[in-house]
This record gives sequence, structure tokens and C-alpha cells, in this order.
Amino acid sequence: MAVRLQFENCCEVGVFSKLTNGYCLVAIGGSENFYSAFESELADVIPVVKTSIAGTRIIGRLCAGNKKGLVVPHNTTDQELQHLRNSLPDQVVVQRIEERLSALGNCIACNDHVALTHTDLDKETEEIIADVLGVEVFRQTIAGNILVGSYCAFSNTGGLVHPHTSVEDLDELSTLLQVPLVAGTVNRGSEVIAAGITVNDWTAFCGSDTTATELSVIDSVFKLRKAQPSAIVDEMRKSLIDSYV
Amino acid sequence: MAQEAGMFMVNQTVGSVLCCKCGIPMAPNAANMCVRCLRSEVDITEGLQKHVIIIHCPECDSYLQPPRTWIKAQLESKELLTFCVKRLKNLNKVRLVHAEFIWTEPHSKRIKIKLKVQKEVLNGAVLEQSYVVEFVQQEHMCESCMRVQANPDQWVAAVQLRQHVSHRRTFFYLEQMILKHGTAATAIKIKQMDQGIDFFFSNRSHGVKFVEFIGKVAPVRSRHDKQLVSHDPKSNNYNYKYTFSVEISPICREDLICLPPKVAVSLGNLGPLVICTKVTNSIALLDPFTLRHCFLDADQYWRVSFKSLLTSRQLVEYIVLDVEIVKPEVNVGGYTLADAQVARLSDFGKNDTIFSIRTHLGHRLNPGDHALGYDLYATNSNDMELEKYKGLVLPDAILVKKSYEEKRQRKRGKHRSWKLKSLNMEVDDKGKGEQEKMNSEYEQFLKDLEENPDMRFNISLYRNKEHQPSEVASMTDGEDLPSIPLEEMLADLDISEDEDGDSNMV
Repeated sequence: MAVRLQFENCCEVGVFSKLTNGYCLVAIGGSENFYSAFESELADVIPVVKTSIAGTRIIGRLCAGNKKGLVVPHNTTDQELQHLRNSLPDQVVVQRIEERLSALGNCIACNDHVALTHTDLDKETEEIIADVLGVEVFRQTIAGNILVGSYCAFSNTGGLVHPHTSVEDLDELSTLLQVPLVAGTVNRGSEVIAAGITVNDWTAFCGSDTTATELSVIDSVFKLRKAQPSAIVDEMRKSLIDSYV
Repeated sequence: MAQEAGMFMVNQTVGSVLCCKCGIPMAPNAANMCVRCLRSEVDITEGLQKHVIIIHCPECDSYLQPPRTWIKAQLESKELLTFCVKRLKNLNKVRLVHAEFIWTEPHSKRIKIKLKVQKEVLNGAVLEQSYVVEFVQQEHMCESCMRVQANPDQWVAAVQLRQHVSHRRTFFYLEQMILKHGTAATAIKIKQMDQGIDFFFSNRSHGVKFVEFIGKVAPVRSRHDKQLVSHDPKSNNYNYKYTFSVEISPICREDLICLPPKVAVSLGNLGPLVICTKVTNSIALLDPFTLRHCFLDADQYWRVSFKSLLTSRQLVEYIVLDVEIVKPEVNVGGYTLADAQVARLSDFGKNDTIFSIRTHLGHRLNPGDHALGYDLYATNSNDMELEKYKGLVLPDAILVKKSYEEKRQRKRGKHRSWKLKSLNMEVDDKGKGEQEKMNSEYEQFLKDLEENPDMRFNISLYRNKEHQPSEVASMTDGEDLPSIPLEEMLADLDISEDEDGDSNMV
């Protein structure tokens, strides 16, 4: 079940946080409420790290990452980079990218296996993303929008995209990502999906404007109903045993 | 375009998303909400008027378009619909798509209109909604109906316009000014009085406005009084009748004036014998011997309030025997100084009395012309002001204007090609002599109008339908005789009932 919350009276929680299967980044806010909502949900599973990037709080829009790595824009300070490296688990690679488009969160959408990127990213950036995050990179647009990171949100189990995405585009994207996708909205009809929701394989946080209908769409497409960190392990074991047998 | 270039285009099928409120599948739109939810969420008629009061005149069935226009419209007519929709405020914030009447009982004094409006809501979705506006008619008689219905004896303000002179020329002129500017339209009664006119109004402010207008066209002094009719001490209401007494200065155009010494000195030793050439809200004075012009405004005049020495009724006709212009190049204000030899028309052929005088009409007079002037040689004036000047040598005659009497006599009995309107005035029955005197004064006024283009400036003249120009008259007429050119006249609009159609517009 997705959690509804807001950051200092703002429902765009995806802007102020970054949630992956290996860690969670949270913006430094005026009150602890936002942080403690994440903490209570995730504390015993993955580290929740308070940080800023390039001196700003809009960390969700500036960085991109999955359980294997994290890419941050070139204007990230050395202290912030050091703090991230100290706080994140050792297996997570933190990499600063020299890229003109510094809002990496808006330009890159990824899960642990695949990444969709802005069509104008450098070749070098694409290679670094592939190396650091360990993903296949596809340059794509979503419903005609080049900011793929803003208009879609997906995990290893499912994904939500811009409501104007046509059926054909949806098919193509889900073939690329190998996860089921659905067109939908968050925050009472907002089409900027990634700003309203931040999601990993077993939990999701969305803005408090999100309606029950939207919440049920999110729950079903991200399969959050029976989702527990352990459920995934069970499922993996099952498939392992399957393959073994 | 891409297809023309032979590029492969992926077919785009619009998917469906769930309405974010109720969850039914629908095509994605700007608000990502189904129409029904959108409607419940936003009311585009919010802030639009649903209840309006309109003022209706029950007598002539017209509606008040503020501030003061009355629009005649039948129930359920196109005009009424336009009027009603225009009365709605804030309607420019939405787009009006449709408007129609909902039938209501005429006695209910309610008009209902169903409007359909469109507006853009929530980042680009356009919503259409219809709603009903109820107009409540408040009955209030329009001004013209009120005037018809008003009891002329129930006046609140009376303006008593007076001029203490022996003729009514000024009032004929003022009547035309009032007609042209429509200032007496609010008067409920107009009554002709001895030496003046009384105007009655149903409202004090109408009277004040009228007095202000008179103050702008004539040198007047006014005072006002009020009489308590009734009062209600509990609600502090007082009911007054107001009377404005307006006195017009007795100085008229063409009067001969002997200025009091103080005034003459203050005007730079003008005169002291001067002719009044024009009266508006100030008095224009001309010294006929030096051609100097001076203006005296109402304030300055009433401070000293002199009278005229001789008035235009005492003008005597002269015949000009000889004119010799003093300095042909000196022409001040259209006048030229000349020495002239004149004889009284009454003396002509009886004796040889000839006056050598100086006149300001050098540019107009020729030997043999007739002219009107003041006969100072024969008059026995007992003017106080004149006696204050010791050693003032009076000229024998002062010519004031050229006379066209002789030429006009040939044309006697013909209609003028133009006419004037007149105020609807109540007149007390008078003797026959009185009436004749009025008629001759009116005739004199009409002649003055013909002779003075600048007097016509403030007056509306109308074409006379009955006038038929005869060729004989136009041949014998001297070119000198002043008349009014056709282009100065206005067509009098009268709509006749007959079907001929040719006399609809004159």
C-alpha cells in the first residue's frame, strides 16, 4: 500500500526524495515529518539518508539511481559527494557526471535493469549510466515529452506513465522495460508522474492529493498489496528452485 | 508530412485512463477528470449574477439602461434579450454560447433567461454549463412619462427670469438658446410674465442647473430663497419650495450707454458714450469715436449696474448724404472710422438740417443709404451719469447700424424661408395692443437674426415648408438685403401618418 505524504505542504514528494531498492535519499526539510515518514517505513531495511545536491533540496529531480549506483550532476559539491559515499552502502557506486543537462532525475528514468534517457544526453553520459547503474540504456520519449524522468515512474515490477501515452507507445515501452505499464495520474490528475510519486519494488510514496482511485491504480500496477521486502526473496527463491528443478 | 516523405509512422491510439476522482475509464484530458467530476469540482457560473434588478417604465414599456437611456422593448423580444444579457456583470470572464427566455407570467414582474456559458478550467479543460438568471422588474416611470404625468402646479423650484426693459427681444433670443440646448426639458411649466418668464421645476437640482445655464449665456445676478412647506421633526425631513430670482442686466445689444466716470476710468478712459455691440455672459462695449472695444463681465457689471442712456426703440432713421473715411487702412474689429453727413429721414424734404458726425460704420455706409442712429440733438435726456461729465460735448447723432427698412418694404407680405421653434409657454390673456406689440417685437427679432450671422450662431433655424421662392422677388431684391443661407438651416423632422411617403422627411 502506497503511503500518502507531503513535503512542507507541497504534494510533489518525488521532487524532494529518491527511493531505490538499495537506499533512500530525502531532502533536508524544515520539519522532521517528511523524513520520519520514510524512516518508519524503511528504517530496518535500507538506509534513509538526508542530503542536499548542489545545495538544493530538489534532489529527486537532480539525481538518478538504482540499487547498484547513483549518478549526481556536475554541480554537486565535494562535501555532498563525500557525505553520500559515507552514508550509502559500500556496493553502491556514486558517480558525478559532467553533463550539460544537470537535472538528471528529469532526464533519466531507471529500474535495476533498464534506463530510459533524454534523447539529447551525451554519448559519454550514456556509457557512464550503463556502467554505474548496470543497466541497458534506451533513448526514448513519453507521449511526446523528452523529459522521460518526469513523466514516468517504474520499478522492477511495474510502471506508471503519462496519461496521454498512446496504446502503441505503451506496448513499445513495456517491451523495452519488460514490466507492465499503465497510463495514469497522481496528485488528483497531475500528469507529472515522477514528481508526485517515488517508488521501489515493495513500497511507494505519493503526494497527499492523490485520490483513492489513483492509489488503487498505483497499488495494482506496482504490485504493492502483498509486497514485503521478504516477499521478493521468497519469489526469487521460488524461481531459483524452479530453475534448479 | 512525415507520411508524404515516406517515413514510417506509428499509428497512435488514444488510450484510456481512470478518472482521478470516480475511477471510470475515460479519454485523457487536461484535468484528467471525467466531465461529471469536473462539474462537481468547479462551478463556472460562480461569481456570475443570477439575480438582477432592472428598472422598467410601466407607461411606455421601456427599460433603463444606466445611466439614463431608456430602451423600448417588448417581452421576449430580441432587444430585451440583448438588454438583459448586457446588464449582467462578469459575463466577460466566460464565453456566452446561448441565451434564451424562459416563459414567465407578465404580471410576475420577473424575466427569466437561460444562459449557456463556457469557460476554461483546471489547466486547459473547457467546461460548458447552463444556468438561469432571474431579472426582477422594478417599476419606475421614465423621465418623459413622469413629465407627462406630473402635475404642473406641484412645483418644487421656480426660476423667475426677469429683465427690466420695455421690450422682450432678450427673451426671444434666450428662448431659442434654451431650445437649442434643451435645458428647459425638465421644466413642468413655463409661464410668460410681465418683463420676464417663469420656469417651474419638479426638482431643485433641475432649477439650479437651469440657473447655471442662464448664467453662462447672459449677464445675470441671481438670488434664491426657500419656503418651508412641511416638515417631519421625527425623521428630520424638511420639505421646501425653492425660488430663484434671476435678473438679466438691462443693457441690450445696440443700446447707447453713458458709462459712469469710475467705470470709464477703469476701462482706460473708454467713452464715456459707448455702444453695446454684443451681450453674452459678458457685455461688449464699443466706443464709436475711437473704435476701442471693451468687455465687461457679469460680475464687473453688477458692481456698478449702470443703465443705458438710449435703447434701440429710440433709434431714428437717417439718410446718409456723404461719407468720407478718415483712415482707410485703419480697420478695428471690422469697423472703419468715417466722417459722414446725415439728415433725419423725417426732416428730408422739409428743412435743411444736416449733421456732420463721426461714425464707426464707414465700411458699410455709402451716400444714399439709410442708417439707424440715436438722435442726441433732439433728445432731452436726464441721465445722472451724463450730468457728471462737465464739459462733455455730445455729438448730434450716433449711427448704430445700417437700415434695410426701405428694401424690406418691397418684400412685405412674403413668408420667410425659415422658421424658429418656440417653447410651450403659458400666456395670460392680454389686450390686443399688447399682443400686437409682441408681434412687432418678434418680427424685429427675426430681422435682427437675418442681419447678424453671429447671433444665429447659437440658434437652430428650421426650413419653412410653406415658403415658395418667387422669381420676381429674387430679381428685384437688392443683393444687399441680408438673408440666411440654406446651409445654416436644419431640416425639421416630422413624421406624418399618410402613406404617400414623399412627405415623410422634410
